Amino acid sequence: MTTESLIWLIPLPPVLAFFLIVLFTNKNKALSHSVAVGAAFLSWLGAMIVFVRALGVEHLGEHPFESSINWLPTGETWLKIGVLVDPLTAAVLFFVAWTVLMIFIYSIGYHNYGQPAGDHDHKGLPPHGATVEEHGHKRVVPSIEPMYSRFFAFIGLFAFGMFTLVVSDNLLTLFVGWEIMGLCSYLLIGFWYGKPSARNAAIKAFMTTRIGDVFMLIGIAFLYSVTGTLSFREIFSEEILHTLASVPTGVFGLSAAGLIAVLLFIGTVGKSAQWPLHVWLPDAMEGPTPVSAMIHAATMVSAGVYAVIRMFPLLTAGWHEGAALTPAMSFVAFIGAFTALFAATIAVAQNDIKRVLAYSTISQLGFMIAALGIGAYIAAVFHLITHAFFKALLFLGSGSVIHGMEHGVLHTGNHNVDPQDMFNMGGLRKKMPITFWTFLIGGFALSGFPLVTAGFWSKDEILADAFVNGHMVVFATLAIAAFMTAFYTMRQITLTFLGQARTKEAEHAQETPFTMTVPLMILSVFAIGYGWVGIPEHFPLIGGLVPNWFHEFVGGTLAEHPPVLEFNIVPLLTSLVVALGGLGLGWYVYRNVNSPAEDKLQINVLKNKWYFDEIYEVVFIKPALWFSEVFVSQWMDKGFIDGILHVFGPATGGVGSAIRNYFDIPFINRFLGDGTADATWWVGKNLRPIQTGRIQQYLVLSLIVLFLVGGLLYYFLLA
Amino acid sequence: MVPLSWYLIFAAALFSIGLFGVLVRRNAIAILLGVELMLNAVNINLVAFWRYGEALAMTGQVFAVIVFAVAAAEVSVGLALVISVYRRRNTVVADELDMLKW
Amino acid sequence: MTAQQIIFLIVALYTLGSALMVVTTRNLVHAALWLVSTLFGVAVAYALLNANFIAVVQVVVYIGAIAILFIFAVMLTRKDMRDAGPQMNSNWWAGALVAVLVFGGLTSLLSGWSGFQNTAAALPSGFDAISLLGESLTSPEAFVLPFEVASVLLLAALVGAVYVAFNKK
Repeated sequence: MTTESLIWLIPLPPVLAFFLIVLFTNKNKALSHSVAVGAAFLSWLGAMIVFVRALGVEHLGEHPFESSINWLPTGETWLKIGVLVDPLTAAVLFFVAWTVLMIFIYSIGYHNYGQPAGDHDHKGLPPHGATVEEHGHKRVVPSIEPMYSRFFAFIGLFAFGMFTLVVSDNLLTLFVGWEIMGLCSYLLIGFWYGKPSARNAAIKAFMTTRIGDVFMLIGIAFLYSVTGTLSFREIFSEEILHTLASVPTGVFGLSAAGLIAVLLFIGTVGKSAQWPLHVWLPDAMEGPTPVSAMIHAATMVSAGVYAVIRMFPLLTAGWHEGAALTPAMSFVAFIGAFTALFAATIAVAQNDIKRVLAYSTISQLGFMIAALGIGAYIAAVFHLITHAFFKALLFLGSGSVIHGMEHGVLHTGNHNVDPQDMFNMGGLRKKMPITFWTFLIGGFALSGFPLVTAGFWSKDEILADAFVNGHMVVFATLAIAAFMTAFYTMRQITLTFLGQARTKEAEHAQETPFTMTVPLMILSVFAIGYGWVGIPEHFPLIGGLVPNWFHEFVGGTLAEHPPVLEFNIVPLLTSLVVALGGLGLGWYVYRNVNSPAEDKLQINVLKNKWYFDEIYEVVFIKPALWFSEVFVSQWMDKGFIDGILHVFGPATGGVGSAIRNYFDIPFINRFLGDGTADATWWVGKNLRPIQTGRIQQYLVLSLIVLFLVGGLLYYFLLA
Repeated sequence: MVPLSWYLIFAAALFSIGLFGVLVRRNAIAILLGVELMLNAVNINLVAFWRYGEALAMTGQVFAVIVFAVAAAEVSVGLALVISVYRRRNTVVADELDMLKW
Repeated sequence: MTAQQIIFLIVALYTLGSALMVVTTRNLVHAALWLVSTLFGVAVAYALLNANFIAVVQVVVYIGAIAILFIFAVMLTRKDMRDAGPQMNSNWWAGALVAVLVFGGLTSLLSGWSGFQNTAAALPSGFDAISLLGESLTSPEAFVLPFEVASVLLLAALVGAVYVAFNKK
């Protein structure tokens, strides 16, 4: 099969799985997960084959695998849609395929396949345990998720959206994949729809990303109107980029390219939860943990960053390495750096194990966005991929921890204990060793532990790029954020795994089944090893031993190969200091902290996320609700429009009754209707006497008439 | 030297008188008398036209003969009818024979 | 004023006067008798028109049969020997008007005809009206068919009259 046909087929198995599960295999749990995992496997296989083939192509950036079809006739030309695999796509396909497959397999165990149905489990609420009779005494065991098949259907659709976005060669299908993932995030965050918090979180996620999507759509429309095309290869041609870069739009001094890039970037601000549209991501933790892994690590937020990476030529139109940043790039860098620091400050005060990871994701995405803003293309892509691996690992690990804690909760029967609160955990390294070690690897990768973790290489590259190119503010911000990242990560690991169990539930925690631990192990391999494909050339000692395959390969995507950074000791030292220092400090501070009261960093401002949710509530949501409920619904709709209609009704009624009473009844009914009847009756009554039955009278009458008619005829016709 | 017009006027007058009788008389038999007068007027017309026209063509007289026959037939049947009606209704007053209506 | 004209005038006046009496007398028997006189006057008019046969037939058929028939009918339809009540109905003025109109209409129409004032041509010598009439009535090229039809008509009238007036008890 040609590579191009294979690329078209990659997104297909998951969406087929979606339809099959929804329509046919809904009732059969085993069949549903088999279909879903089989589909993920097929997509993985296709992606791997394409990746391997892509590796073998010289200058893939100039001759990518591409295939497009004419789709929408627009006057003289066609709008084409199609697939494209250039180096960027190949690298992204790699991690998307792996993480998706791991998450699919993990979900089997997470939703307790093989366990009995719960005692009083309802569809729409998380499962609550089943009582099992064993050797005479009863135990409560985790129960299977009632909506098991539905979950796999939804994540199948989600995977379809992501694959579509990744392999598409034009902004239209990218946006289609984007929106499909938005829908799936709504469906999956609100998976347990029986919980009001989940419902609200789903709506919040959808609405917030929608705001970003509106601007993105405006950007796409603007781009189309200016260039007449949406295909990447055509947009990124020299002439079009040059034209776009030189046309001023008058909006904040941006050129057309800059404005379009900013508009598209706002879509990413929504989708990748950057400040100020970050508010949905922490609430999205309401969804099951595989969903969090999927949305916040492997797919959706990565899609946002991917979109900006894809539009990098547009963003940097008119810029070249070493020059001052364009206004668009400055904007992007500011948002990225600010978000990185902002989210990190919140993460240090969170107690829920998933919330820490959520804010950590926002912060790390800020790193990537900042990298793109300063023009560090390779660093951003590198960090995207390594982050996907270790964040997926961390999320799945946290899910494993929560499962272990829930086991303990079911054992003790005390449902007031929150299995997600880190202060209820402790000492879990003994109870859940695999989870502990894989989580540790992931956490170290996130913190940037030197050399042996992938996160170190990617984060270091961003810091190096910032420092060497002179963007000191960005460098300092990101360094502080990196320090805080290491700090809160170690805080998380210490509170969760180290020390002693703080609650009975933690004492009775259990390791999770192999369907959950195997994906953790596989992902940790990548979390460790992926960094080594991108070792910079000029790194002391080990640089140059292994070629910087990543830089070579992915750098070929751009028209101009990004230059190799010269080595500078300062960013490297900074990375080492912040990573090790943060980790050390975190362990040191939290090794003896056993409750929130002892935690000095439980500052209200940080705990309450700088009150942004409250600010948005007052500034946007309440006015919007007022507008819709009072202004539109009551005043305009019920008052004005209904008022007009209420005028019409009685008015028409009045006109109708007026016509009835003044015209219909007197004139038509009485005068015409009854009148003709009366007239006819009267005529008849008065004519009837003519018919006397007396022949002589008949004769007289007929002769008279004869004379009259004859006379008339005579005078008019003959005379 | 009697002009044709005299005969025609004579016949017209006779006809009118007969018509008057038909329209005005109450007794059914009197009505039939009027009818006879009208037929006679017609006959006079016919014969006058025969005489004052092409006398060799006997059409006028033939027509008059036919009219005789018709008049006789009509009178006999008419009077038979009147007698029959009289037997039923005991009246020959035309005004009382008014069943020719609804 | 030739003699012919004077004779005609006398005959016409006589006939018309009798006719008037026919339609105005109260007594029906008188009316029938006045009819006889009218018919007689008409016969004389026929004679004046050189229609001798017709005049005779008029007397024989009309006076001899039809008038007698009338008198029989009058006698058969009287409850008593008196004629009670008015003999003209209430609309006699309408009838009079119509009669006058008819007379006026006829004369005015006829006066517009070009041959209105024709005079009679002389009859050819040896003019035998009767044999000519006979030939016309019986000759296939002439009027035998109407003649036969008239006889059928008389038969029908005969049968009809008998049937209508037949007294079934």
